[in-house]
Amino acid sequence: MDLKTPLYDIHLKYGGKPVPFAGYLLPVQYPSGITAEHMAVRTAAGIFDVSHMGEVILQGPDALMNVQMLVTNDCSAMADGQVKYSPMCNDNGGIVDDLLIYKKTADHYMLVINAANHDKDTAWMKSKIKGDLAFKDISAEIAQIAIQGPKAKEILTKLTEVESLPVKYYSFTDEVSVGGISCLVSRTGYTGEDGYELYTANENAVKLWELLMESGGVCGLIPCGLGARDTLRLEAAMPLYGHEMNDFITPFEAGIGQFVKMNKDDFIGKAALAAKVNAKLKRIGLELEDRGIARNADKVFSNGNEIGYVTSGTMCPFIKKAAAMALVDAAYAAAGDMLEIEVRGKYLKAKAVGLPFYKRSL
Amino acid sequence: MEIPKDYFFARTHEWVKYTDKGTAFVGLSDHAQETMGDVAFINLCDEGESFNAGDVIGDIESIKAVSDVYTPVGGTVLSVNDNLLDKPELINSDPYGSWLVELEDFKKNDELLDSNAYEKFLAEAE
Repeated sequence: MDLKTPLYDIHLKYGGKPVPFAGYLLPVQYPSGITAEHMAVRTAAGIFDVSHMGEVILQGPDALMNVQMLVTNDCSAMADGQVKYSPMCNDNGGIVDDLLIYKKTADHYMLVINAANHDKDTAWMKSKIKGDLAFKDISAEIAQIAIQGPKAKEILTKLTEVESLPVKYYSFTDEVSVGGISCLVSRTGYTGEDGYELYTANENAVKLWELLMESGGVCGLIPCGLGARDTLRLEAAMPLYGHEMNDFITPFEAGIGQFVKMNKDDFIGKAALAAKVNAKLKRIGLELEDRGIARNADKVFSNGNEIGYVTSGTMCPFIKKAAAMALVDAAYAAAGDMLEIEVRGKYLKAKAVGLPFYKRSL
Repeated sequence: MEIPKDYFFARTHEWVKYTDKGTAFVGLSDHAQETMGDVAFINLCDEGESFNAGDVIGDIESIKAVSDVYTPVGGTVLSVNDNLLDKPELINSDPYGSWLVELEDFKKNDELLDSNAYEKFLAEAE
């Protein structure tokens, strides 16, 4: 049985048609369509219901020690109000999930996990934590609304004091009053654009959404669905669990090796990863030269030799190119190489390119 | 949802419109374009090719997925709407003006739905 987020009725109100995704009913798109939603985020702003994301709290004197053990990134020097991205690995160095770590205080961390991995992650974490700390899964109580795009700040400042908003990318402010609603406001996102993610109690979600819609309308804010979320993150080359990452792919292969700190004290997967720093596979970007869209699992060839497979592919509305990410043999595919992708029985030409496909100008 | 009166529909959501000069235009219904979402590419058969009703005459690629396009009637391709190769988004904005192929020597297909029957078919599928 798929769950509804607190914003389910809002999606219907705005013309979204919810479909099952990671155990939740969420809209793929609204009537404006994926391309218009994507462009709104690149040029103005978009609002997303991401309440399906999971949140767990690690709190107590041993919270940091456990966070450090669970994730590959180094959280020891984080400031209160800072956010870090990190893979969480298994003993073989494969990725259990990728997550965001919020440091509230020295003994209080919030980890934000993927909805599709919620049950796996919570079981994994519970089996690994030790010492003096409380583990609390608050996923079912918390709604999350993302507001993304160059106009996101302008929209939020109509509802709150600009001083209360987090200044730096990957930082947050807790208990901000946004139009009278208490939110954790995080300057993060999954679109490659500036923006915020707002966490609030379920019962506030509808009111918060409507306040944002009201104040954002004149700025071109429109609701965006899962479709645009995927095209935006792909254009920005952000990996998605289940595509660029899984339990058998290491962070080095997935192209997120910079979030593995081999010089920190022991963490789960460290020993295995030490032997895999020089990965045999690598994540590359591909731009299709022939007409067509490569999709997940399509095979990639170099001079007739199969070298890997597509992990994600779509038509990227802003760069106006069909693009894909692929996991390939690291010995092949330097940027500029011409490769082929088998798409529905046809071999389409594709050029290996550096990632990301799109980078916002500052 | 627009369903023009003088068009006939396949249950796979293609339309056919017969012309006075004895040809038939084939395209995709408003429901089809709405379901697929923004169209990114379309690949079509060549002029001169012959098909039976239900044969694949091309495929259409939206951001979400790729779908085969089936001809609702058999016939020989007189012309292909090349304009759509460069501007596939016309299928979204004007589904009934955006014909994909024009067929000659076509065979009428009694299995097709008229606009009323297609409307009912869509309502039942909801």
